[in-house]
Amino acid sequence: MAIRILVGVKRAIDYAVKVQVKTDKSGVVTEGVKHSMNPFDEIAVEEAIRLKEKKVAQEVIALSCGPAQCQETLRTALALGADRAIHVEVTGKDYEMLQPLAISKLIAAVAKKENVDLVLLGKLAIDDDSNQTGQMVAGLLSWPQAVFASKVDIKDKTAEVMREIDGGSETLRVKLPAVITSDLRLNQPRFANLPSIQKAKKKPMAKMSPKDLGVDIKPHQEYLSYEEPPKRQGGGRVASVDELISKLKEKGLI
Amino acid sequence: MSTNIGSSLFTLSESHEMLRKTCRDFADRELKPIAAKLDKTHEYPTDIVKKLGDLGLMCVEVDEELGGSGLDSLAYAIAMEEISRGCASCGVIMSVNNSLYLGPITKYGNKQQHEQFVKPFLNGERVGCFALSEPGNGSDAGAASTIVKEHNKTNYIMNGTKAWITNGYEAEATVVFATTDKSLKHKGISAFIVKKPTDGLSLGKKEDKLGIKASSTCNLIFEDCIVPKENLLGKQGDGFKIAMATLDSGRIGIAAQALGIAQAALECALDYARKREVFGKQLTQLQAIQMKLADMEVRLQSARLLTWKAASLKSQGESYTKFAAMAKLAASECATFNAHQAIQILGGMGYVSDMPAERHYRDARITEIYEGTSEIQRLVIAGNLIKEYSATNA
Repeated sequence: MAIRILVGVKRAIDYAVKVQVKTDKSGVVTEGVKHSMNPFDEIAVEEAIRLKEKKVAQEVIALSCGPAQCQETLRTALALGADRAIHVEVTGKDYEMLQPLAISKLIAAVAKKENVDLVLLGKLAIDDDSNQTGQMVAGLLSWPQAVFASKVDIKDKTAEVMREIDGGSETLRVKLPAVITSDLRLNQPRFANLPSIQKAKKKPMAKMSPKDLGVDIKPHQEYLSYEEPPKRQGGGRVASVDELISKLKEKGLI
Repeated sequence: MSTNIGSSLFTLSESHEMLRKTCRDFADRELKPIAAKLDKTHEYPTDIVKKLGDLGLMCVEVDEELGGSGLDSLAYAIAMEEISRGCASCGVIMSVNNSLYLGPITKYGNKQQHEQFVKPFLNGERVGCFALSEPGNGSDAGAASTIVKEHNKTNYIMNGTKAWITNGYEAEATVVFATTDKSLKHKGISAFIVKKPTDGLSLGKKEDKLGIKASSTCNLIFEDCIVPKENLLGKQGDGFKIAMATLDSGRIGIAAQALGIAQAALECALDYARKREVFGKQLTQLQAIQMKLADMEVRLQSARLLTWKAASLKSQGESYTKFAAMAKLAASECATFNAHQAIQILGGMGYVSDMPAERHYRDARITEIYEGTSEIQRLVIAGNLIKEYSATNA
């Protein structure tokens, strides 16, 4: 039986933007700054679409939590091949304070409501680098998880996932329903072609609120301040390998 | 097919925005990194053309029933600009197939011609071309000396030479304009579709051009070339009309190509000017440079508005000849201006191939010449302006 997949997509500051910290140190500048779909989420969407093309999946649902602009990100997912979209609307201060745990609760609630077999997420978002959401969704649902996936094979309600780990790679077998997060080398995402962009306009997009899902999104952490990383110091030249070694020892590096 | 719901001259609808993003991402990822190499090797980008085909960009305005992308003229202009910003050669290959080849055949062709000459040319696997100019006449299109005579019950026979044909080498079919009776001047010209290769059709040498080097340009030489009668496009004697209508549409594509080159040149200049420091300041802080950047931006935005206006008029089925000519004129002169200023801002670095400014300068130049020289555009604009004024003023 072909499975149903829920893919999470986040609208994040575009990777090419030079991010600036606000003068009051309360966050980074997002007004008027280019945003796009988190690159790891593009990879997750691509994987979901490929599973559909292989007839392993019968339906791909795209989900995004945030303000109205998230609908652009969802339309992109639809243009790439997702069947329908769900927009959980969170705006203003609530959105500024929206943290991975709250998002995980929202994703878990939608996954249960839609009765999906697989939740596919990017391993992390390039704005906050949290790398928590996938893991927490699995925890909340008590589902198995296979994160940092670089290869996914699904057969008979079981997923064989090759994961990239510090020591190399490991292969896990997980029973569906499960949570899988995408790593960089999982696939090369496609470009949305013109006919798909046209078709996307007719695909359904549902809107709901955290309250509709019975989720309390109150934050559990308070961000105290944001600072730029220290400016890169200049290096120095050494005349020989011996001098290099003594300098490194001096700095307590070896 | 109306996709421009929500698009005005000032804001794009969501679908147009998504299209622009797709084309820009494609250009940044696939075209920018190889544009310099294509320019150096003069290599026709076969793989890229197929990828453009996969995206639906080789048949943007062709109806969905025929297998095309079914989008409007604004979508075409946006796509052309973004692709050309990445690589001007790829832009012109795309433009010729869309406007000059598929344009007239979808509009004036019959069912059989659609099957044979449109459907196989949609996905980037094969491209077409458009043969109007001759060694003896470019602007003076009415003076065509390529002759076509009746050969027998089923065929014509064609003799003559066409010059400056973009995609000449790779095209597997061409729209050709030839006269059945020179004494009728432009009313004697008819349009034909000729398959390539065909007996009696040979190619001249590949021209060694200043720019858009990855696209091939050559003569098409017809020597007793047999053309089936069923390949007459439209009615006999309609050729000149078909050519002019086709060029109107093509001018929107070329205007957009010029916008892409102009935008690339401006970005090159801005990028350099922010980083380069002289007299204790970044170039962007020096007024002489700011004056140039402002002039470049004003011309670019103006030309873009003219181009989008022409596209909107076309989509609405209204007369757009004057605006298409204005768009092409403004955009091409902007492309050469921006490329010139970009080199000036980069100084010595603008003159060497390490930076793309010199390639933009060479690519831009042709936009003032092909598909109607700037001088012809001015004649078209003045003619229409005078006609419009005279129609409402005694």
